[in-house]
Amino acid sequence: MSEVVKVFGGTALSEKDISSGKIFLTKDSLDCAYAWDTGVAINRYLAELKKGNIIATRCRKCKRIVLPPRLFCELCFIPVNDWVYVHDSGVINTFSICHVHWDASRVKAGEDPHLPAVIEIDGASPGMGIMHLLGEVKPAKIKIGMKVKAVWRPEAERTGSITDIKYFKPI
Amino acid sequence: MNKRVAIVGLGHSGFGTTSPDLSYREMIFEAATRCYEDAGGIHPQSIDSFVASSEDFMEGISIADEYVPDQLGAVLKPVHSIAGDSLQGLASAMMQIKTGQQNIVAASSFSKVSNLSNHEHLISYATDPAYIRPFNENPYFIAGLEMNRYLHETGTTREQCAAVVVKNKYNALNNPGAVYAAKVELEDITTAPYLSAPLGIFDMSGHLDGSIVILLASEDKAWELTDKPIWINGIGWATDTPNLDSRLEGLGSARYAKLAAEKAYRMAGITNPFHEIDFAEIDDTFSYKELQHLEALNICGPGEAGQLLELGCFAPGGDFPVNVSGGSLGCGYLHEANGLQRVAETVRQLRKEAGKRQLPEAETGLAFAWRGVPTATGAAVVLSTRP
Repeated sequence: MSEVVKVFGGTALSEKDISSGKIFLTKDSLDCAYAWDTGVAINRYLAELKKGNIIATRCRKCKRIVLPPRLFCELCFIPVNDWVYVHDSGVINTFSICHVHWDASRVKAGEDPHLPAVIEIDGASPGMGIMHLLGEVKPAKIKIGMKVKAVWRPEAERTGSITDIKYFKPI
Repeated sequence: MNKRVAIVGLGHSGFGTTSPDLSYREMIFEAATRCYEDAGGIHPQSIDSFVASSEDFMEGISIADEYVPDQLGAVLKPVHSIAGDSLQGLASAMMQIKTGQQNIVAASSFSKVSNLSNHEHLISYATDPAYIRPFNENPYFIAGLEMNRYLHETGTTREQCAAVVVKNKYNALNNPGAVYAAKVELEDITTAPYLSAPLGIFDMSGHLDGSIVILLASEDKAWELTDKPIWINGIGWATDTPNLDSRLEGLGSARYAKLAAEKAYRMAGITNPFHEIDFAEIDDTFSYKELQHLEALNICGPGEAGQLLELGCFAPGGDFPVNVSGGSLGCGYLHEANGLQRVAETVRQLRKEAGKRQLPEAETGLAFAWRGVPTATGAAVVLSTRP
């Protein structure tokens, strides 16, 4: 305890001081709504996911086949319009086991943790892939380099979203 | 620190009330491609650094800076964002060259305001949560307060403000990139419903989507990239207190504009802006703002702008043409990209590339941007064909 605190003491605040209105807070909850234009490239990516396909683009200069598809190569800085289907399988490049939910509460015993992973997709250039989730696998069994395949939602449930793929499972 | 800095490239894309065909990335890529081609076809690999101007709330992405590189060709290059008007971003880009750190720097900005479904809320969130927001007003009441006090202090009339709208929308008819061009009469403006009196619905500029990229270079590099460099001879910016109720000069004047301009004029060696500058592209987010800003920028004295406007002084054929492009009232309002819109138009005039709206005498021009309500931030730049 510093000299100043010893001399002047002070009064500790409690949760009750705040809830009873003794301490003033200004509260507001922000109401923001956006609808982002997906544009040409992501629009087609999502439309193909709805059909159960993964589509990528290839740069005519550097020859990279990239995901998600894009209308320009960010390295060569030229337009891109060469569309190629890639496989819905690949290899785990890296993964993590989420022991906390997004609200910081801990995953309970017996509850399946979320398993985000970067999957290098077969048919895309080395290192190119999709950030997605793993499923139907015990966390302890997951290895970098493991082969995985997409598990799709039933066609009727797909909405044109990255979540049209439920997760990737080991094969 | 004495390096001269020039604008050597200019590109835009996507001007429209909506732009559903392109993502913001695709839109900016198009503007950047045009800009780099305009600068002799430079590849972004040869650009040293990149400055974007944005406001995360407008984009709906926090730390939006991280989304800048790809579409500008800036992957693994020095990149940073200015949370301010893009004219402040231009100043930042210029300083990087002035210090000798970089030789070629790109400044970019864009608006996808059509992607916001309740943009008034976002403007409102810029007001203080403890003592302004609880009133729960549409935030444009601030423009109403400003306009009322400005008219009161200067004797400027409602009709003179409406005349700004008539002029700028008419000027915009000669600008193929202007979305809000129209031939309207004074009565169309003055009899329109109020937004927040005395401000009417047509006294406010309409929203615009679009992207602008501008390339800057040091003097030696500038001549390699273009045969018509436009020199940044002076630049300045200032921000007043955010308090709506305790500004030094109140809401009637635009002291931020006065201070920004004084700094830019001093740097450019300008003592009489009306005589030494040929034309201006200045903020007209609201009709009264053009008049208020003209006075703050010392183009004329307090309370004189309205009368000079009526005498035709600010028309394309007048002594001091203002917003020949159509301004924001005629072209649309690009939010943080607004400053670069004013700069781009000034550069087009100075390069003699303004088509039907080209002014015969355009050697030195002034561009001025304001960040809109509820801000008190402005930035001014003096551009010239002569360093």
